[in-house]
Amino acid sequence: MCLGVPGRVIEIDGLLATVDFWGVRRQVRLDVVDEPVAPGDYVLNHVGFAIRRIHESEIETTLALYEELLGAADEDDLLAADVRGEVAAGGKRRDGDER
Amino acid sequence: MEQIGREPLAVMHVCGSHEQAIARFGLRAVLPPALDVVMGPGCPVCVTDVPEIDEAVALAQAGVRVATYGDIVRVPGSSRSLADAQADGARIEVVYSVTQAVELARASDEPLVFFATGFETTAVATAATLLAGTPPGFSVLSAHKYIPPAMEIVAEMPDTRVEGFLAAGHAATITGADVFEAFVARHGVPVVVAGFEPLDVLAGLARLLELVRDRRPEVANMYPRCVTRTGNRAAQEQLWRVFRPIGGCWRGIAHVPNGNLRLRDEWAHVDARRRFDIDLAPLRAGAPSGLLRQCRCGDIMAGLARPSDCALFGKACTADSPVGACMVSSEGTCRIWTQYGGHPDLGTEPAR
Repeated sequence: MCLGVPGRVIEIDGLLATVDFWGVRRQVRLDVVDEPVAPGDYVLNHVGFAIRRIHESEIETTLALYEELLGAADEDDLLAADVRGEVAAGGKRRDGDER
Repeated sequence: MEQIGREPLAVMHVCGSHEQAIARFGLRAVLPPALDVVMGPGCPVCVTDVPEIDEAVALAQAGVRVATYGDIVRVPGSSRSLADAQADGARIEVVYSVTQAVELARASDEPLVFFATGFETTAVATAATLLAGTPPGFSVLSAHKYIPPAMEIVAEMPDTRVEGFLAAGHAATITGADVFEAFVARHGVPVVVAGFEPLDVLAGLARLLELVRDRRPEVANMYPRCVTRTGNRAAQEQLWRVFRPIGGCWRGIAHVPNGNLRLRDEWAHVDARRRFDIDLAPLRAGAPSGLLRQCRCGDIMAGLARPSDCALFGKACTADSPVGACMVSSEGTCRIWTQYGGHPDLGTEPAR
């Protein structure tokens, strides 16, 4: 519950961003992020809210853990399940498009 | 460790995700045996107190729809869990975000209570949601908790062994590293903010040991790519506009001054505690089970015991049939040790 998950911003509509998490697109709220966010930026997300913009120079090391986790984890891996829960916390787009 | 010249040495982290990373990647196997890395009260589901669960169960049993985060549903209150109530026909909705709870409330005229658990990182989302406006049937039963005061409690315990703290990187993303300065000044123990990758955790522990060795009680930020000194000001501003800290019990730990986040008076109209008359007496009349009284979650979260010190661990209390909150939550120490093994020896498989 205190884990954040990074994703890449695809488009922004007011305080709502469409964010790509390893191919799954979800809507994330921008109410509390404290820096301007633009499409292409990475943000750290928790329970459906972006809590920080991650700078480009730092994104690769941040993504590595999550990719290893999601790739290798079996079904009942707790850490991977929490990551998937964080992705699921984003809202679905009205048009239902997840890709 | 040799330079510190005394052992064993205990340090505490306060985050379920840290414990998951430490256990999952077997990090204790590469740490000096005399270094004891213990998990403190870092699992929000585990520290949600019995009366708070009772409030949610009482509302659900009275016919109110209750939406909440998944793990809390199975945690027993004084006599029942939300899952027990659901089995008897109460309407419990599991959500991954407060936004999903608001959507459920919007889709119907019926009242819906969001049972809000989690630390400050999660409370920020609840605050922002209320500030953005919610439908008339929506209200919040806040069981949100604020971590820094709980660290004070552990540091003040007379028999505490903890000589340094590893603070959770994503909570500190919100609060900033400076939030720990007052704590360090008061208690004279170092605090290191750390991230969640194996190297982040090891780097954080290495820095913490250096500070212990050099007797330098200070705050170090080993997760600068997410954490600044002052944190996310916009998030803090929204958090404190909606919530105020009050004293309250953390399950199994103690009364924690300023440890509970409750809605401010301006938010009475969305506060489930003020909108509903919640009667807890029938739930309290059900006596707690003998097993629950033997549960050592409190000692485990205070760093005074390991899961393996509890007579119930792995026997009467398992992941499929949990007795205490630490076995229910994916962030609970007992659940994590069941999944990955706690102190794996190199070359052996963790217990499954």
